[in-house]
Amino acid sequence: MALIDLGNDLPGIRGLMAYSPDTAAPLNELAELLLHSQDNSLSRGERELIATYVSSLNDCFFCAQVHGAMAQHYLQCSMEAIDAVKLDPASAGISPKLQSLLAIAASVQQGGKAVTATQVDNAKQLGATDKEIHDTVLIAAAFCMFNRYVDGLHTWAPQDRQLYIQRASMRAAEGYAASSPHR
Amino acid sequence: MPFIQVDEHLPGIRALLAFSPATAAPMGQLTNLLLRSNEGLTMAERELIATHVSYLNNCFYCHQSHGAIAACYLNGREELVEQVKTDYANAAVSAKLKALLSIAASVQKGGKHVQQQQVDTAKAAGATDKDIHDTVLIAAAFCMFNRYVDGLAATTPEDLSTYPPRAKQVAAHGYGNHVFSEQQPV
Repeated sequence: MALIDLGNDLPGIRGLMAYSPDTAAPLNELAELLLHSQDNSLSRGERELIATYVSSLNDCFFCAQVHGAMAQHYLQCSMEAIDAVKLDPASAGISPKLQSLLAIAASVQQGGKAVTATQVDNAKQLGATDKEIHDTVLIAAAFCMFNRYVDGLHTWAPQDRQLYIQRASMRAAEGYAASSPHR
Repeated sequence: MPFIQVDEHLPGIRALLAFSPATAAPMGQLTNLLLRSNEGLTMAERELIATHVSYLNNCFYCHQSHGAIAACYLNGREELVEQVKTDYANAAVSAKLKALLSIAASVQKGGKHVQQQQVDTAKAAGATDKDIHDTVLIAAAFCMFNRYVDGLAATTPEDLSTYPPRAKQVAAHGYGNHVFSEQQPV
């Protein structure tokens, strides 16, 4: 049960956004810019994968399922493939550049100071631009916020993974900053 | 030195906001909503929560900056701010704020570390659902900001005298793109 009375029974961040629509607006705008914008050299699938990976490291089931389903949708892959990335990016058949960005994201999850110049240089050697490094760090950092918001207030999460898959195509079409903050 | 090419005249998060103004906009909006409100928690209490979490995350730029802003709202009581950073249980702040700082400290470790008992203690001390919501979201947001700043190795000024003038700017005008687009105060 949620630690405060949200006044609704929506799951995860949706319940929080219905409770506090004012703060939901910039949170959704940030998610929209980071994950749904087409104006980005990292694909939507790659960016959702970064979010999923960090959410998994933070052990936030709701966020990892939502964004894992999004990554699956964009990358047109199986749930097993997403799970493999969460478990071990190095052996999951993703590009070396994306692996290097996931390594940076994993460091951000530990703490900002865990990111090393070597990790950044490595990513740059593999073709990552300044913007891609910036966005990787900010996505990872933002999910360290979202995961704590969702779990910190003990929101509930549906356990059936298919429910998240079912919502993914709607979210992919509408993005995160649609009219209703908790839809 | 920052890991990406940013304006070297802007310190800390200001350089990052200037690098990525699109994402800076909702971050500024969120910060204004969370820290520039006296509804329930006061602005001073909100800044103290942000400062303590930043201290726990070992983000010097953030705890210096927000500590200085908190001091603006507390008649310049820097020693009170320092004590809240390092030892809030013995600081001259309310029982309610101590209970909320305890929740914020748990959020800093991870969402699952927040316990029902901490919420019960906060409510017994007068905290409302909104106070608890805002505490958790401020703490969570600073777990983002601290990682953003240190994750990109943003420049952290070591001259402590540069923090109070910038703090006065925020205490007067809030958080917005003036923070990275206007002439910095001296």
